[in-house]
Amino acid sequence: MTSIIRKAALAAVGLALATPALAQTELQWWHAMTGGNNDVVVRLADEFNAAQKDYKVVPSYKGSYPDTMNAGIAAFRANNAPAILQVFEVGTATMMSARGAVKPVYQLMADANEPFDPKSYLPAITGYYSTAKGEMLSFPFNSSSMVMWVNKDALKKAGIAEPPKTWPEVFDAARKLKATSNPQCGFSNAWATWANIEQLSAWHNKPLSTKANGLDGFDTVLEFNAPLQIKHLQTLVDLQKDKIYDYSGRTNAGEGRFTSGECALFLTSSGFYGNVRGNAKFDWAAVPMPFYPDVQGAPQNSIIGGASLWVMGGKSANEYKGVAKFFAFLSDTDRQAKLHQESGYLPITRAAYEKTKASGFYEKNPSLETALIELTNKEPTENSRGLRLGNMVQLRDVWAEEMEAALAGQKGAKEALDAAVTRGNAMLRQFERTVSR
Amino acid sequence: MEKRAVFGNRLLPYGLLAPQVAITLIFFYWPATQAVRQSFLLEDAFGLGSEFVWFENYRTLFSDPGYYSTLWTTIVFSTSVTVVSLSCALLLAVMADREIKGATGYRTLLIWPYAVAPAVAGVLWIFMLDPSLGTIAQGLRRLGIDWNPRLNGTHAMTQVVLASAWKQISYNFLFFLAGLQAIPKSVIEAAAIDGARPWRRFWTIILPLLSPTTFFLIVVNIVYAFFETFGTIDAMTGGGPAKATETLVYKVYADGRLGGDLGGSAAQSVILMLIVIGLTAVQFRFVERRVTY
Repeated sequence: MTSIIRKAALAAVGLALATPALAQTELQWWHAMTGGNNDVVVRLADEFNAAQKDYKVVPSYKGSYPDTMNAGIAAFRANNAPAILQVFEVGTATMMSARGAVKPVYQLMADANEPFDPKSYLPAITGYYSTAKGEMLSFPFNSSSMVMWVNKDALKKAGIAEPPKTWPEVFDAARKLKATSNPQCGFSNAWATWANIEQLSAWHNKPLSTKANGLDGFDTVLEFNAPLQIKHLQTLVDLQKDKIYDYSGRTNAGEGRFTSGECALFLTSSGFYGNVRGNAKFDWAAVPMPFYPDVQGAPQNSIIGGASLWVMGGKSANEYKGVAKFFAFLSDTDRQAKLHQESGYLPITRAAYEKTKASGFYEKNPSLETALIELTNKEPTENSRGLRLGNMVQLRDVWAEEMEAALAGQKGAKEALDAAVTRGNAMLRQFERTVSR
Repeated sequence: MEKRAVFGNRLLPYGLLAPQVAITLIFFYWPATQAVRQSFLLEDAFGLGSEFVWFENYRTLFSDPGYYSTLWTTIVFSTSVTVVSLSCALLLAVMADREIKGATGYRTLLIWPYAVAPAVAGVLWIFMLDPSLGTIAQGLRRLGIDWNPRLNGTHAMTQVVLASAWKQISYNFLFFLAGLQAIPKSVIEAAAIDGARPWRRFWTIILPLLSPTTFFLIVVNIVYAFFETFGTIDAMTGGGPAKATETLVYKVYADGRLGGDLGGSAAQSVILMLIVIGLTAVQFRFVERRVTY
């Protein structure tokens, strides 16, 4: 009995030793993409696998963004992490704080001797995933920004010639829309805090928190309970009473209110493009987010959302070589340009953006350029480079709770934002404590 | 007659018990111990470093006013779910416990919702109650009620209570129906001959005789509302707006899984564990006394 086992074990070891020369190295890629976006992931992996023989990228879907991130973390704890893990932008602080659990991309590319020029990437996108010194930590994959979707037919009906550009114009337009075709909802937005706190602050060059919104250190302190943000929230509270503004929830579950025609002006991700193109039965456009003209320097530039690819720690040099090759493959100009034009994701390299522009693509599809215009509107400042706050998923929930309390009339706007800041700071200190040991 | 089983081999009974004991230890006691251990630790999500902090997680929890509001929400939620589902089920059971044509068919149909997964139940009700899409929501609007669970906490709570209670009605119905059929017909007929009207017969005879079933169902429903409604709440409101539908179990999930605060989340689990132990103890003591009623 034992001798059989021993023989089998020996045979297995022999096989394991004999095969590496022949077999490919498998690189697991865990992601959170569904539908058409899942097809993109699979196609990219197939193309990479067909283009070379040494490595095989194996994508697998792990559920929603939080699910995928948690699956990666759990797998790391069980010493079974994938080589590449897709993590949404708000998980960035958690990932980068995990020293040893992740391998920074700039190091990976240097170790693997792959051609890599950080300057060839769009800073508005890579800045979000880089250290203060500009070292790229994770590889941007699907990026988007917040834009305002406009129902042009409804505007025409309400006698509004041009899509509104500033917030006061939006409020006026919404009043008219409510009186004509949109009695339930003049304007609205998905991702409540992303729109009304995070993007609002960056777009007006106001700090969300100290230390460049957390990019320069985990000892960052929230400070968005400032006049601009209070004024904005108070206006929303006032307009909510008459449904000139109507709240649509914390996530993007309310996006259907735009495509169904219920809301005529709707702020949400530029990634909503495919859905609008497929479902909206009216003339539409994506225009830049509105701004308050009385704020000096506004509009600044918007910040990105979406997800990036993290390389997990503890893998062999050979595996890292493969991941580096895959990232170089993804950065290819033609591939980026094609990916951008087909999926609506933002291109991550300057060359891909320039190429798309030169091809005249945006003249036919101006809505796809809107997010890029916002992101590159001005050179990013400390307030608009991005944000990196620990426990961000929960922070957003806490902020949304306070906003909801204000919109429901339980609290004043200032009181709500003060509470959001105080509660958020307590969570940031807790995060700082757990990572600084 | 000897009631005890006598085993020839002294080891055999232990051997027969072993699988059950092993399952209990591995799947119940081990995770429970882990939760207790974790509740004393402060740890980052990746488990790269952890610190033993004694009762700090518990202290943080009990000094957080949000925890008490969640506790209150849970009490309101489970009471409402229990009351709504028990009364609907009792009504249906009394109606079904009659000699009517096709009674078996009705009874079978009434049991179906129990097989619906909680998240699916949530989605089904969203189709009716969503302020933009829902048919009921549109009807309410026509009546002049501004139905808005996206912002109105009471509306959101009503919504999750309805969906959760609906799912439990079938289960309660089954037990009530069995309980009703176990009541001797002679007692009811005797009361009828004495001149008691149906309403009076129900309150003075049927309901008291049904009380062991009712009590058992109350405990089961509270446990259900506490622990098994997560899917419904997650699908319908995600605990919002402004924490209006966040129950204790939902908070464990939000803090631990979304927030990465494993220590705080574990501390909450331990408290929940104590609540279940308490409920079970009450059930056993009370039901045991009532069985001889």
